[in-house]
Amino acid sequence: MDLVTFGVQLLNAIQYGMVLFLVASGLTLVFGILGVINLAHGAFYMLGAYLAYWIATYTGSFLLAMVLGVAIAFAVGLVLENVFIRRLYGRDHLVQVLLSFGLILVIDEVREILFGKDVHAVAPPAWLSGSIQLTDNLSYPVYRLAICGFCLIVAALIFFVITRTKIGMIVRAGAENREMTQVLGIKFDVVNRYVFAVGIALAALGGIVIAPISTVFPGMGDGMLILSFVVVVLGGIGSVAGAAVGALLIGLTDTFGKVFFPSVSSILIYVLMAAVLLWRPNGILGRREV
Amino acid sequence: MRGWLIPVVLLATALALPFVVPTYYVQFASKALIMGMLAMALNLAVGHGGMVSLCHAAFFGLAGYVLALMAPGYDPASLLLTLPAAVLASAAAALVIGALALRTRGVYFIMVTLAFGEMLFFLFHDTGIAGGSDGAYVNAKPEIAIAGHQLLDLASPLAFYFVVLAFVVATVALLTMLVNAPFGHALAAARDNERRARSLGFPIFRVRLIAFVLSGALAGIAGYFAAAQFGFVAPQMLGWHLSATVLVMVLIGGLRSVTGPLIGALVLIVLEEVLKASTDYWKLVEGFIIILILLALPGGVRQLWPLIVGERSDEAPQRRARSPVAEGRHG
Repeated sequence: MDLVTFGVQLLNAIQYGMVLFLVASGLTLVFGILGVINLAHGAFYMLGAYLAYWIATYTGSFLLAMVLGVAIAFAVGLVLENVFIRRLYGRDHLVQVLLSFGLILVIDEVREILFGKDVHAVAPPAWLSGSIQLTDNLSYPVYRLAICGFCLIVAALIFFVITRTKIGMIVRAGAENREMTQVLGIKFDVVNRYVFAVGIALAALGGIVIAPISTVFPGMGDGMLILSFVVVVLGGIGSVAGAAVGALLIGLTDTFGKVFFPSVSSILIYVLMAAVLLWRPNGILGRREV
Repeated sequence: MRGWLIPVVLLATALALPFVVPTYYVQFASKALIMGMLAMALNLAVGHGGMVSLCHAAFFGLAGYVLALMAPGYDPASLLLTLPAAVLASAAAALVIGALALRTRGVYFIMVTLAFGEMLFFLFHDTGIAGGSDGAYVNAKPEIAIAGHQLLDLASPLAFYFVVLAFVVATVALLTMLVNAPFGHALAAARDNERRARSLGFPIFRVRLIAFVLSGALAGIAGYFAAAQFGFVAPQMLGWHLSATVLVMVLIGGLRSVTGPLIGALVLIVLEEVLKASTDYWKLVEGFIIILILLALPGGVRQLWPLIVGERSDEAPQRRARSPVAEGRHG
């Protein structure tokens, strides 16, 4: 493998890892703050992609699809938290798993009613649709580079909000010691609602940005859910930095696995997960007790 | 009402059923029993062991695939050869996955089992083993034959039903024995208070792993018969949607009982059948029903029992009542 091909694959790995990070950070935030394991997270990723397809087709603007898609997902998150998710706080993980499984069935069917079950393609915005010529017969699509840049900005924003703002302080305090934070006058019903909506919006955003380079299809949420879980297990649950580490690891393993060991590439990330479990059962950046 | 009366009546009904209903319903009953066996197997891990597993469909499907791969073309496979092989494969998978997953607790355990289950799904989906994503046929139902003499042929729906019923009864007996044995108490102790159980000297990891492997092996028996009945295996048999559906059956039936999941399976399968017949959007309705059951009856449909037959002592609701939501609703 020459250096250029290696560079291209490395970029692919990073871009894949960044999108994974977007989705997985939403999952890990929701678990860290709300203590709820949400299996429907992947369904919102799928829903985001379908929203992108739908809005981009009707308005012709991918940027509008992005803004509207995230806004819709955020609003749906607020409503769902209010109606269903808040009844899960402090309940058995089993109940949380099954309620979110019920939500998946509902979301899948709503998707089928609204958008059908066809496979779709979404065009990237015109000004990002070109590619950069690397060598005579090798080029790299600008849109993939744009994803890298965009996801980096979002990731930086997430880290900034969590580590440098008052909101982030509340969120961190809540994850650390919920009762104590409540005693200090923080209303967690509001915090929970917005954290859940942000988590959902991040999943949908992942689906939206991936739509132009992958196809939009009904089962896409399932695959992403499993991958996000592996990311979270690798990085340590509740840790956004862990999600970043885990996502990049998966991106690298999967991309280079496909290059070097194509026949077993789909198994490689699970081998990686098994190795991390043997080495650090609570994740690379995880704490002792969960 | 005596404690033994209900099981005896149920068993008598199950034995008499094939002689009073058409063949279609006998096959339907077989399917319900198979799913019930899977749910009871899963409940050994979930309800009795406190290990919420999302990979039991993988053990179920793996056994089915072993039958499909071992079946000799269009001739019936030997039950005495293929069933142990299938169960062994499931148990081995459960041993490896369990040994890794049991290094974690709680929500990690759920995610890790889900991921490893999907690994097996992708193994059969992406690689060419047994037809890849298209699945493979089991052309003839297994049989027991000695020296060319056929003793038992599962191709007859009646014989199939009784064999499955026998396995279900054996499963119930085994699980009841196990739960009441010192092993079951150790498992329950580890579930209820791991630290205390550990300090009392119980080998928690080993007890849990044995329960998990046994549960996976029983799921394998169910998967073997499911593949034999449908005559077809596909990767979806290993997918986590099936695992979650079976978890719903377990929860409907009640976590602390051995036979509850059997009832839960029957309830959910009948419900699905009715919904499929009455609406195109049956998954939407099923999803809402699952959510409603979870929010209204956190202890399963068994919670309705006292309303129907009057109060009786049962561990399940008491333990559940600890959660504040449940107290507010039923208190």
